[in-house]
Amino acid sequence: MAKHATPLLDQLESGPWPSFVSDMKQQAEVRAKNVENIEFQIPQDAVEDLLGILELSFADGTTHWKHGGIVGVFGYGGGVIGRYCDQPQKFPGVAHFHTMRVNQPGGKYYTAEYLRKLCDLWDFRGSGITNMHGSTGDIIFLGTTTPQLEEIFYELTHTHNQDLGGSGSNLRTPADCIGSSRCEYACYDTQDLCYTLTQEYQDELHRPAFPYKFKFKFDGCPNCCVASIARSDCSFIGTWKDDIKIDQEAVQAYIGGEFPPNGGAHSGRDWGPFDIQKEVNDLCPTKCMWMEGGKLKIDNKECTRCMHCINVMPRALRIGDDRGLSILVGAKAPILDGAQMGSLLVPFISAEAPYDEIKEVIESIWDWWMEEGKNRERLGELIKRQGFQKLLAATNIKAVAQHVLEPRSNPYIFWNEDEVEGGWDRDINEYRKHHQR
Amino acid sequence: MAFVSSGYNPDKPMENRITDIGPKKFDQFYPPVIAKNKGKWLYHEYLKPGVLVHVAESGDKVFTVRCGGARLMSTTHIREICEIAEKHCGGHLRFTTRNNIEFMVDSQDKVEPLVKDLESRKFAGGSFKFPVGGTGAGISNIVHTQGWIHCHTPATDASGTVKATMDEVFADFQNHRMPAHLRISMACCLNMCGAVHCSDIAILGYHRKPPMLDHEYLDKMCEIPLAIAACPTAAIKPSKVEVNGEKVNSVAVKNERCMFCGNCYTMCPSMPLSDKEGDGIVLMVGGKVSNRISMPKFSKVVVAFQPNNTPRWPEMTTVIKKIIEVYAGDANKYERLGEWAERIGWERFFDKCELPFTHHLIDDFRDPAYYTWRQSSQFKF
Repeated sequence: MAKHATPLLDQLESGPWPSFVSDMKQQAEVRAKNVENIEFQIPQDAVEDLLGILELSFADGTTHWKHGGIVGVFGYGGGVIGRYCDQPQKFPGVAHFHTMRVNQPGGKYYTAEYLRKLCDLWDFRGSGITNMHGSTGDIIFLGTTTPQLEEIFYELTHTHNQDLGGSGSNLRTPADCIGSSRCEYACYDTQDLCYTLTQEYQDELHRPAFPYKFKFKFDGCPNCCVASIARSDCSFIGTWKDDIKIDQEAVQAYIGGEFPPNGGAHSGRDWGPFDIQKEVNDLCPTKCMWMEGGKLKIDNKECTRCMHCINVMPRALRIGDDRGLSILVGAKAPILDGAQMGSLLVPFISAEAPYDEIKEVIESIWDWWMEEGKNRERLGELIKRQGFQKLLAATNIKAVAQHVLEPRSNPYIFWNEDEVEGGWDRDINEYRKHHQR
Repeated sequence: MAFVSSGYNPDKPMENRITDIGPKKFDQFYPPVIAKNKGKWLYHEYLKPGVLVHVAESGDKVFTVRCGGARLMSTTHIREICEIAEKHCGGHLRFTTRNNIEFMVDSQDKVEPLVKDLESRKFAGGSFKFPVGGTGAGISNIVHTQGWIHCHTPATDASGTVKATMDEVFADFQNHRMPAHLRISMACCLNMCGAVHCSDIAILGYHRKPPMLDHEYLDKMCEIPLAIAACPTAAIKPSKVEVNGEKVNSVAVKNERCMFCGNCYTMCPSMPLSDKEGDGIVLMVGGKVSNRISMPKFSKVVVAFQPNNTPRWPEMTTVIKKIIEVYAGDANKYERLGEWAERIGWERFFDKCELPFTHHLIDDFRDPAYYTWRQSSQFKF
C-alpha cells in the first residue's frame, strides 16, 4: 500500500512512453522491501514522499520546493544545490532533498560496472532518484540530506575517482557531442577538447569567480547535435577550410537509388525516386553545386559548410581534411534581455592538443567579462551592452567581414580619437578667425 | 538508520581531501569497436527507426539501438539498463544529448535479439521501459527541465508535460515519415535551463501574475537592492510598509510593468509568483540549432497561454498534434518546421494550423520587436 494516494499521477502510468511515475513507484517499492539490507542514510520512504509532494503540485498547480539554502562541500562553491520542501510535516522524507551534480564522462559513454557503483552509492546515501542527465549534461543525484553531502563527495573522489560538476556563477560542466568516436562528420575530437578544458579549468568550475554562469559546449560539425550555438556562452563548432571530398561513383549510386538518401532517415514514406537536382543542388544555400558531364561539381570557395549535401549523401561526400573549429560566443536563454544565439568570434582555429590557441581566446574573454561584467550579467549581455567591437579589442581579434551578416545600416560610428587625423583638440579662436559668430 | 561514515572526518575536512580531479576520462568507457575505429568512420545509415549502423574504414561496423527514456530515472531502472548492456553489449552503453539510451553491438546478428529484449520490457503500469526509435526524420525524445519534481521556480511540470506529449506523438518516435527531424523541447520557466528557444516545438512554463510581497519577512530574507536590480523592466522600487503597526523596509511592484519572468523571486524568496490559475504553458515553434540549409533560428510564440490542466494537458497536446500533422502534410522533404512556416508565411501558418492570432503574439519587448513587424506591403490574405 502506497504511503500517499496519487490519483493524478497514476494517470501518467498508462500510454506507451516510459512512465516516470511507474519508475518512481518501483523504486519506492524496492526501498520498502530492501532485500539487500541497505542501511539507508536518508529516509527509506523518501521516494514515497517525493511522489506525494508531486501529486500535491499536480492538484494545486504550484511547486512545493523552496529556494536552495547555502549547502555544499568544503572548498567548492558549486556542484550541490540545496533544496527544501515547503510541507515538511506532511512529507518528512523529502524535507531536505538536495541535488548533487556529478560530472558526466565525455560522449556520455559508460560501462555497466561503473554505473552500478554509482547506483550503490546513491541507494545508500541518497534517494536513488536521478536525472540521466541534467540539461547541462551532468548526472544528477536528486535528493539527499546535508550530513550526507561530504560523505558522498568523499566516496566519489576516494572510491570512484569522480568529481562533482558546476553550479552557480562558475564554469558549468562542459558537454560534447559524440564526435569522432562514432561520427564521420566530426571535424575535431570533441571529447578530447571537452575533457582537456574541463581538467584545465577545474578551479573555475568549482569556485565561483565569474559574474554569472558560463557554459562551454562542443559540437563536432555544423549540424550542432548538442545545440552549442543556442545554449553555451562559448560554442565550439567543428568546420573545415578545404574541399568537400567527392566519391563520384557513390554519387551515381545515390542517383541510381542504390543508396538511400540521408542514410535512410526518410524511410517512413514514399517521397519518390531520389532527385539530386531538387534534393541537393537546388537546396544548397549558396547554389555552389551542379552536375556536369555526369559528375557532381562543387565550387568549394562559395560553400558555407551547411552540411546539407553531406547529410543527404554521406557515402559520396565527406568533410574536408583541413579541419578545425569556429568559436561563437554569447548564447543564452531569454532571461533577462531576450534570447541570444552565439555570435561568430573566431571563424577558424586549429583544434589540436594541447589547444593553447583556444585557451588564449577563452582566457582573454574571461578577463574582459570578469573586469566589465555586472553581477549576473551573461557574456552575451555584456557584448550587447558594450558592443561587439569591445569584445574584438579584448580578445585582440581583427574585425573581418565574416563577423557580420551585413554591415551596419546607420553611420553612428564611435570613432576613436587616434583614428582621426589631428586628434580632437582644436582651437576655437583659430576656428573663429575663418568663421564669424 | 545509523549514520555510517565514509571515512570523512568533519573535524579535519582537509585530511586526505581529494579535489579538482574532474570527470572520468571518456575513453575508458568506449566499447572496443569504438576505441578501435575512432576518427575512422566512413558513413552511417538507419536500418530502421531506432537502429543505426556506422561503417568504419577498417570494414568494422557498429550497430546502435537507440531507445527512449524518461530522464527522471531510478537506480532500479539504471540497474536494468546495466543488465541489458551486460547481456548484449559487453557491458557498454551510452546516453544521448536528448535523454535517449544507446546500446551498441558489433555485428548485425546481435541486433534483433537486443531489440526484442528491449521491446519486451514494460513497467507495471503498462508503458514501455525501452521503446526503440528516436532517429532520422521522426520525433526524438524531448529534452526538458526539472519542473514540480524538484525546482523552486517552475510554472508547470516537466516530466508530466513530456510524458503526456510523448504518449501522443509516440508513433512518430518510431517512424521516419516527417519531412525532416522534429525536435520538441520543454522548459518549466523562462530561465530555460533546457534552452528551448531554438526548437521546432517548444513547451514553456510561464507565470501570469506579478509577485506577491511577503512584507513581514522581505527585508529579513532578501537583499532589497538585489531584488530591485533583478527586474529587467525596472518595475520594482524600495518602499516602507506598515506591518502589525511597525514600519518595515520592503519593495513595491508596478504590476503593469511586470513581465512575469520571476527573476526577482530568484533573488528574493519573499516574492513568490506561482499560482494555479496564473501559471501555464506557452507554445513556441519554428526554431532550430542546425546550420543545415538555413541558419539557426529562434522559436516563435504561437500560443500565448494554455492552462495547467493536469495530469495530461489535453489542450496543449491537441495543438501540438495539430501543428505536427499540418507540417507533415504540407512541408517539403528536408524542410524543418520553421523553414516551412517561413516559406508559406506565418499568416498562412496560423490559417493552416487553425490557431487564433491574438495581440499577445506581437512582440513588444525592446528593439528587436520592431524587426518582427511587417515593413512591407507584401502579405497573404
